[in-house]
Amino acid sequence: MTSLRIEKHPVLSFPERRTVKFYFEGKEYQGFEGEPIAAALHAAGIKTLRHSPQKNRARGFFCAIGRCSSCIMKVDGQINTMTCITPLKEGMQVKMQKGHGYIKP
Amino acid sequence: MSRNTEVFVIGGGPAGLSAAHVAAKLGAKTLLVDDSARVGGQLIKQTHRFFGSSNRDAGIRGITIADKLQQDIKDVAARLTVLENTAAVGFYHNKEAGILSQNAYERVTYQAAIVCTGATENSLTFENNDLPGIYGAGGVQTLMNVHGIRPGQKILMVGSGNIGLIVSYQLIQAGVEVVGLVEGMPTIGGYLVHASKIRRLGVPIHTSHTILKALGTDGVEGAVLCRVDEKFQPVPNTEFEIKCDCICLAVGLTPLIDLFQQAQCRMVHVGELGGLVPLHDSSMRTTNPDIFVAGDASGIEEATTAILAGRIAGARAYEAVHGKSAEADAIVAEAREELRTLRSGSTGERIRWGRERVLKEAGEC
Amino acid sequence: MLKNDGIITPEELAPVLPPPARLEKGPVAIIECLQDIPCDPCVSACPTKAIKMKEGITDKPLLDFDACTGCGLCIARCPGLAIFVINMKHTPGMAMVSMSHELLPVPEKGQEVTALDRAGKVLGKVKVVRVINPPAYDRTAVVTVEVPAGQVNNIRAIRV
Repeated sequence: MTSLRIEKHPVLSFPERRTVKFYFEGKEYQGFEGEPIAAALHAAGIKTLRHSPQKNRARGFFCAIGRCSSCIMKVDGQINTMTCITPLKEGMQVKMQKGHGYIKP
Repeated sequence: MSRNTEVFVIGGGPAGLSAAHVAAKLGAKTLLVDDSARVGGQLIKQTHRFFGSSNRDAGIRGITIADKLQQDIKDVAARLTVLENTAAVGFYHNKEAGILSQNAYERVTYQAAIVCTGATENSLTFENNDLPGIYGAGGVQTLMNVHGIRPGQKILMVGSGNIGLIVSYQLIQAGVEVVGLVEGMPTIGGYLVHASKIRRLGVPIHTSHTILKALGTDGVEGAVLCRVDEKFQPVPNTEFEIKCDCICLAVGLTPLIDLFQQAQCRMVHVGELGGLVPLHDSSMRTTNPDIFVAGDASGIEEATTAILAGRIAGARAYEAVHGKSAEADAIVAEAREELRTLRSGSTGERIRWGRERVLKEAGEC
Repeated sequence: MLKNDGIITPEELAPVLPPPARLEKGPVAIIECLQDIPCDPCVSACPTKAIKMKEGITDKPLLDFDACTGCGLCIARCPGLAIFVINMKHTPGMAMVSMSHELLPVPEKGQEVTALDRAGKVLGKVKVVRVINPPAYDRTAVVTVEVPAGQVNNIRAIRV
C-alpha cells in the first residue's frame, strides 16, 4: 500500500518529528510523537476506531477537531478519549472502546 | 480560581484573533481563549491564495495570513493573554464565564465578551453515511494540511461550494486522486475559477447528482451516485457506482451558538447564514449588551469577512469598557466599508440578504 | 456551460480573447475570469496597468490588450489561477502557453509533459520551454510549454 504520509508538498512543509512506538489492540505500531492518535492510526492504515454500541457498526473519525466524538477510544486505560486531538506518546496503549465504556464510580 | 479581564474573547480563529488584537491595541486588558492546541482556527489549513482586495491580504495564502494574525497578537502581548487548550464552557450572571483547561476549571469576570466560536460541519443523510472513511471537509483539511496525512488514495467529494472546490484542489496537491465531485444543484455553487482549476486536472463535476449510498463494511470502498430532478428527487435508472476509499462531505457549515443561548441572547434563524445566529447590530453587539459576536458564529461567510467583523467587535468592545474613542470609530468605519466592497456583486447576493435580514430584525427589537 | 460543469465554452471565452492582429504582435495575457467575484490582485500585479476594473473589486477584470506586454507577472498573482499568457510569435505552426503550476513535481526546462484541456482531456505531449519559480511567486511556478498553434486556446493544464 502506498504510504498515506505526505513526503513532499507543493506549498507546505511538515516539521521533523520523533518516531515513537505505540500499541493498538496489543500490536506494535509506529507514529510521530505529538501527532493525534487517530492520525497515527490512519497513517498505519487503521480507519476503524470502534464499533457503535447498539448496532455494532464500524466507526472512524469525522471532524478531526474534537467536536463530534466519533473517534473515542480507550487510551492508557482512559475511556472516551478523543483520539483526533490527543497527542501520541511513546508506549501508549490504544484500544477500541466497547460500547459506552465503563467509568468506575 | 478566577481571572479578571476587561475584554474576554472566546475563539482564536481569524475573527477572535482580530478582535483581541484590536481591543488590546486600543488599550483594553484582554483575554483570549481557544480550545485548540494552536490559535488560527481554520485559517491554518488554507494553503490557497485568498480573494478580496489587495489592500487587505488578497493574493496571500491563508496560512500566511494566519502567521500575520499570530504576529499581531504577539505585538500586543503586554495587554493580551492567550490561553490555548482552553474551552469557554459557560456564561453566568454578573458578567462571569467559566473556562476549562487540562481539567482545571476557572471563572473569568469580564466587562465585555466577544464570542467567535465559528461553525461546525454539516453531515449528509445517505445509506452507510457512518462508514469509516467518510470525513467532513474540515476533517480532510486538518488531516492533510496540519498532520501531513492523505485521507485516502481515491476520494469522492460531495458539495460544490467553495469549500468542496478548494479542498478538491488541495487533495490533488497532496497527491490524492479526486474521482469526482457531486452537487445536487444544477449549477456549481462556488467560484467558477475554482471549478475550472479542478476540471482541467480531470476531476468530473456531476451537477444535478446526489450520493445514494456508500459501499463497504469496515470502510468506504465505493459510492453509488444518481441523477436528481429539479425537486432533488432521484431519477430512476440513473444510478452508477464509483470506486473510492474516502468520501469527503463539503455540504455546509452551521454556526456554533451554544454560548449565546446560555447568555440568553435572542436568536434568529436565517437560512442564508447557515441557521440560527445571535441577533446583532452593525457593531456586532447581540441583544445581551455585554456580548459581541464575530466570524462564522454570526453567519457562515469567510475568513476575510471574519477578520473585518472581528475588528469591528474588538473596537466596540473596547468602547464598552473605556468609553467612546475616535480611533475605535475609525477602525469600525474602515472595516464596514471593506465589508461592503467584499459583499458587493452578484456572488455576494445571498450573504447580503442574510446580513440585511439580521440587521432589520435587530432594529425592530 | 461553465456554471454547470466548470468548462468554459468557446462562446463564453470569446469576449476575453485578443483580436488576431494583437496575437501576431507577441505574447499577451488571457484572463479566464468570467464571474463577478470580489477579487483584484491582478490589477496591482500588472506593471503597465493594463488590467482595470470599472467599479470596485467585484467587477470582471478588463484587459487592455495593447497595453499588455505579455510579461506574465499576473499569472502567479491570480488567486483563481485563471490567467494564461499565449505567444503566437514562435516557430511556424507552433505557439507558447504560460500557465500557473502548483503541483509536484515542478517540471524542468526541456522536459516533455502531458497537455490537458479545460475538461482534463489529454491533448498530447508538449515540451517545457521555461519554468519560473522564484520566492516572490510564493510557490506558484509559471510553466511555459510549446504547443501546436491550433491548440493554443485549448491547452490549459499539464500533467508532469
